[in-house]
Amino acid sequence: MIDALTVTVGVTALVLAAWCGFAAYRDEPTKDWHFIGMAVVSLLALVQLVVAVVQLAGGAKPDDGTAIFLAYLIGAAACVPAAGFLSLSERTRWGSVTVAAGGVVLAVLEVRLYDIWGGGHG
Amino acid sequence: MAEPATTTTKPAPAKGDRLSLGSGPGRLLVWLYGVFTVGAASRAAYQLIAQYDKAPLSYILSAVSAVVYAVILFSLVRGGEAARRVGLVCCCLELLGVLGVGTWTLLEPSAFPDATVWSGYGYGYLFIPVFLPVTGLLWLRRGRRAG
Repeated sequence: MIDALTVTVGVTALVLAAWCGFAAYRDEPTKDWHFIGMAVVSLLALVQLVVAVVQLAGGAKPDDGTAIFLAYLIGAAACVPAAGFLSLSERTRWGSVTVAAGGVVLAVLEVRLYDIWGGGHG
Repeated sequence: MAEPATTTTKPAPAKGDRLSLGSGPGRLLVWLYGVFTVGAASRAAYQLIAQYDKAPLSYILSAVSAVVYAVILFSLVRGGEAARRVGLVCCCLELLGVLGVGTWTLLEPSAFPDATVWSGYGYGYLFIPVFLPVTGLLWLRRGRRAG
């Protein structure tokens, strides 16, 4: 897989986490701009899923197995939308904390994806 | 000396006004327990199906942890006094599990050719498996006072 894409998704996820963490610090719920940010990160994760599936279809083999790789890809794509959905019905600072945790989880998933792919040769 | 603001008798909660466990700080717990339910369940399912013979004990323990996480998640989402009690019991189980399995993996590594979710007190998961049940217990205890 393209390492640059993995890094981009991981970094934007951490930025989103910091941004929503700041909102929580200021005792604010997630607002429209936060949801736009979540959409951007989700879109990147989705692009990553598509790019990876194309590469798998082209015969690429992840080091730790295709099934695990796919499971993590799907988890990564679903991560931020799920956290955003939870924050929709929690209009307090705790909704922001949840999305911040979602960003951190996505960043961890990206690190794992990098390892599973076989770090480096991609 | 100020008088206590309310009397000690607790008003009966109105019907349909179920004690909420998944809002406020509980929302973060719903998210984390959701992540761990999905993570532990998919991991255990894959390992039990694809490589059961490699380390059956590890994979069965992972599956047990997945079930415990799922029950707590369900309790948090459902809310109410009964769910709160179920959640408390399962958080205790979770804490005992992570401490017990964590110690076991350190004392007898040979029994675990492959890691479980709770190996080494959950170091593979940033030690979140240790903090999660403690946070859960605190939150569910608080729920009683709030309700």
